Amino acid sequence: MTNTKGAVTGVNGNMVTVRVDGTVAMNEVAYILVADKKLKAEVIRIRGDQVQTQVFEMTKGIKVGMPVEFSGEMLAVALGPGLLGMIYDGLQNPLPEVAAKTGNFLEPGVYLDALPRDRKWAFTPSAKPGDKLERADTLGTVPEGAFTHRIMVPFGMLGSYTVKSIKPAGSYTIHDEVAVLQDESGNSHSVRMSFQWPVKRAIDCYVERLKPVEPMVTKTRIIDTFFPVAKGGTYCIPGPFGAGKTVLQQVTSRNADVDIVILAACGERAGEVVETLKEFPELLDPKTGKSLMERTIIVCNTSSMPVASREASVYTAVTMAEYYRQMGLNVLLLADSTSRWAQAMREMSGRLEEIPGEEAFPAYLESVIASFYERAGIVRLKDGATGSVTIGGTVSPAGGNFEEPVTQATLKVVGAFHGLSRERSDARKYPAIHPLDSWSKYEGVMQPSSVAWAHHYLERGTEVGQMMKVVGEEGTSIDDYIIYLKGEFLDAVYLQQNSFDAVDASVSPERQKLSFSRVVRVLGSSFSFKDKEEARAWFNRLRQSFLDMNGIEWGKPAFKDADKAIVAFMDERATALAPEAKRIIESLE
Amino acid sequence: MKKVYSRIESITGNVISVRAQDVAYGELASVSTRFGHSLAEVIRLEDDLVSLQVFAGGRGISTGDELRFLGNPMRVSFSDSLKGRIFNGAGEPRDKGPALAENLIPIGGPSVNPTNRIIPREMIRTGIPMIDLFNTLVKSQKLPIFSVSGEPYNQLLARIAMQAEVDLIILGGMGLKYDDYLYFKEALENGGALQKTIMFVHTAADPVVECLMVPDISLAVAERFALKGLNVLVLLTDMTNFADALKEIAITQEQVPSNRGYPGDLYSQLAARYEKAVDFADAGSITTLAVTTMPGDDVTHPVPDNTGYITEGQFYLKGGRIEPFGSLSRLKQMVNGKTRSDHRAIMDGMIKLFSAYRDTLEKKSMGFQMSAWDQKLLKYGELFEREMMDLSVNVPLEKALDKGWEILASCFDPQETGLQTKLLDQFWPKKA
Ligand SMILES: Nc1ncnc2c1ncn2[C@@H]1O[C@H](COP(=O)(O)OP(=O)(O)O)[C@@H](O)[C@H]1O
Ligand SMILES: [Mg+2]
Repeated sequence: MTNTKGAVTGVNGNMVTVRVDGTVAMNEVAYILVADKKLKAEVIRIRGDQVQTQVFEMTKGIKVGMPVEFSGEMLAVALGPGLLGMIYDGLQNPLPEVAAKTGNFLEPGVYLDALPRDRKWAFTPSAKPGDKLERADTLGTVPEGAFTHRIMVPFGMLGSYTVKSIKPAGSYTIHDEVAVLQDESGNSHSVRMSFQWPVKRAIDCYVERLKPVEPMVTKTRIIDTFFPVAKGGTYCIPGPFGAGKTVLQQVTSRNADVDIVILAACGERAGEVVETLKEFPELLDPKTGKSLMERTIIVCNTSSMPVASREASVYTAVTMAEYYRQMGLNVLLLADSTSRWAQAMREMSGRLEEIPGEEAFPAYLESVIASFYERAGIVRLKDGATGSVTIGGTVSPAGGNFEEPVTQATLKVVGAFHGLSRERSDARKYPAIHPLDSWSKYEGVMQPSSVAWAHHYLERGTEVGQMMKVVGEEGTSIDDYIIYLKGEFLDAVYLQQNSFDAVDASVSPERQKLSFSRVVRVLGSSFSFKDKEEARAWFNRLRQSFLDMNGIEWGKPAFKDADKAIVAFMDERATALAPEAKRIIESLE
Repeated sequence: MKKVYSRIESITGNVISVRAQDVAYGELASVSTRFGHSLAEVIRLEDDLVSLQVFAGGRGISTGDELRFLGNPMRVSFSDSLKGRIFNGAGEPRDKGPALAENLIPIGGPSVNPTNRIIPREMIRTGIPMIDLFNTLVKSQKLPIFSVSGEPYNQLLARIAMQAEVDLIILGGMGLKYDDYLYFKEALENGGALQKTIMFVHTAADPVVECLMVPDISLAVAERFALKGLNVLVLLTDMTNFADALKEIAITQEQVPSNRGYPGDLYSQLAARYEKAVDFADAGSITTLAVTTMPGDDVTHPVPDNTGYITEGQFYLKGGRIEPFGSLSRLKQMVNGKTRSDHRAIMDGMIKLFSAYRDTLEKKSMGFQMSAWDQKLLKYGELFEREMMDLSVNVPLEKALDKGWEILASCFDPQETGLQTKLLDQFWPKKA
């Protein structure tokens, strides 16, 4: 604590005003002393000796005159081995440990160590006395689950250092000294395996940021093929309530081809986190063979938890993501929902009586959203390795209308847009990503020109469908009708995917290529049907067999049989294949 | 003895302010006016200026009225003697029974640690096919009933309450019409459920601030009973009145509104209440059903919109029926895999066909030719509406599933239904 003393002069919701007698820093952490408790707060405005703080707890019971202490530190998280598998609240309080202490309810004023204090880690030094090091350089490593966790020179240690001493290989806790570093003026600094970093500052200990080009496979067809996400890229999922944002993120959190997944459950239902909590320890990560929980960190500040820590939670999450990126790992951060974070800002802005912007969001909304997504990126580290942070955020637009400030501000900065539509979710067409409105600036597992060619059938099929609503089926030519059926077919067997089916829920790029090739064959073929009724019946049968095949395990004999049968069924009817389709099919072989 | 303040500095709407020391945020005070006593709650502190919202409203309060701080936040008595009783939004008796002051518990307490929650796993049977079959209600679920005014939503609530096998029903009325209040009383009495019911009722005639207290009081009591092992069903009607009360207070407080006059924290306020629904691993549970009337049948109105984001689905009541589109139980997949092997398939299959029926209806209304397939759909749609959607239908889930197969068989050939061959073999009704 600093020498500055304060006393409460006002309370308005979770904003508490304090009169101070000394220096305070913006975003400094303060504690309000209420009876036997200390309530954590953050300084968010300073005007003379009046300081306004947002309190990370319910403010009931606070009185004018109550003493306030200042920590001298900004809101920070602990970084070090042991983060993986943890379940934190927005301020990095470990929730299972909190439960062990306070039972069923989250009592205010309980702050526990983020990292296990007594756990021993098998440290192997990689630096030696005399080495010259800078911040983020590796001192040694410890194994953490399936990963090699780098013990690094704390990121806040600017300048260069000489290793004075380093511990030999052995077992240490995060509080044991592992090295002593000497700065240029000859002062010694003791270094442990864990250090603090302020959440609102991006970690920038890399050589350069690279362009995100490598696809981050999600095993969801419509994403990987049509609207891909790149490692180190950003994307958003806006959609009205019940359209499937959370389910889509849950599926991605299981299947994404990354090393580490960080889930920020920000201001949404607690029940949804529970599903992840209980299921992940049981599920295996195909990449490492260990439980999914061992590659996951959950930051959970659900809707009824204090709103100020909801605001902090996304920063807590992204800071941990950046930390693991420094080890050359690929990290995916999924935030659900960024709108709740924006609303937390709005609540506080209102209490500060700032001049409101659109829908009462603060004027700085856009720049704050932009700088959050800017923390994503693929970077080259000093040792030549690359690491990435990919950020995917859901957006919950008021009234499901994308013309609202949070959606608009987000669309300006992300690289891919997966817009969910009420129409599609009502029709149970999951994932309800709208294939005509959505876009991506990244390249996926298929050639962009092939994807564009297939996408064209969706557009034309939809056009015919619209026209048919006006002129009826009888007023539509058979050729147009077949285009319509092709569009519907692509939608039904490829864009739609059953997240609750054990096989269909996750489709490897290899399998996507095969399915895509078959679909292209249908799209590019000419057919002659005697009438629309016959065409519809034929496409219905084809669709049914294709959907059945989607449920059969890849590589199994049954799968190969089903595939052969489908190809035979198609060839029986098809009269000619368009050259472009032929080219695409060949490129996929 | 607490000091008495007899100088009220300002009165705006339902909010008054006094100069006082040593007052806690959220503390209660008692105001004596010429109309009697009223409670008031501290909602803002600024140096020695204390703002309070007066439960009975600001009307008729004089600057010379007396105010006494009580040294505690809003509380409610908790004991078994609550059962069968009726109270108002301030926790005072509305029936002829005695006021209760034993074992006072605070309201609006902290939320449950997410790691202590369990995955919902038990279906609540209602006998309503549109719920049991298509959007199954699950123990510990929080679910609103979206509806325009005039729909029989209170009847639906009462019916679910009577049918559901729960240990305790807590009814929280907000801006309830007096007739509706009497209806609930009668319905529960006739159903013999009054003794396992507690009511906290704010009627349209009561002061608006009391409306704000109803969800918190109801849920605080529900939580205590749940912790004692009871399965509690909380019925809240109508949450739009609650939101409107929030709006009214926010506007008198000159807060910047975010959307159609509602305060920016509407989402958090609603979520704080809905998230009280819970299933405790080692004790009972709270299931919440809440009526949310939609002004102008507009689901994008801020109250239903924010609610839809918070709750685990919604029942959309329209034209006296639960609409299949727009209705959703987000928890249904937790339970409908364990009921009967055809449950999920019938649920998806019948809805897809019903959706096709709606398309056909649209085509028909535009005067297009009806194909043989369209004719089948038209027959199907009518049967579906009569045998499944009509709220007077009251059958157990298994009967509803059988009925579903019957309807399908009377309209379609098996392969037209899009259902898996395996299920068709097992369940398709054999022609006699
Ligand atoms: N991919 C999917 N497959 C099947 N059902 C889905 C899928 N996505 C969503 N749903 C259904 O929609 C419901 C709402 O989805 P959810 O992700 O919670 O919506 P949101 O987060 O957009 O409000 C789910 O409970 C589930 O019943
Ligand atoms: Mg969601």
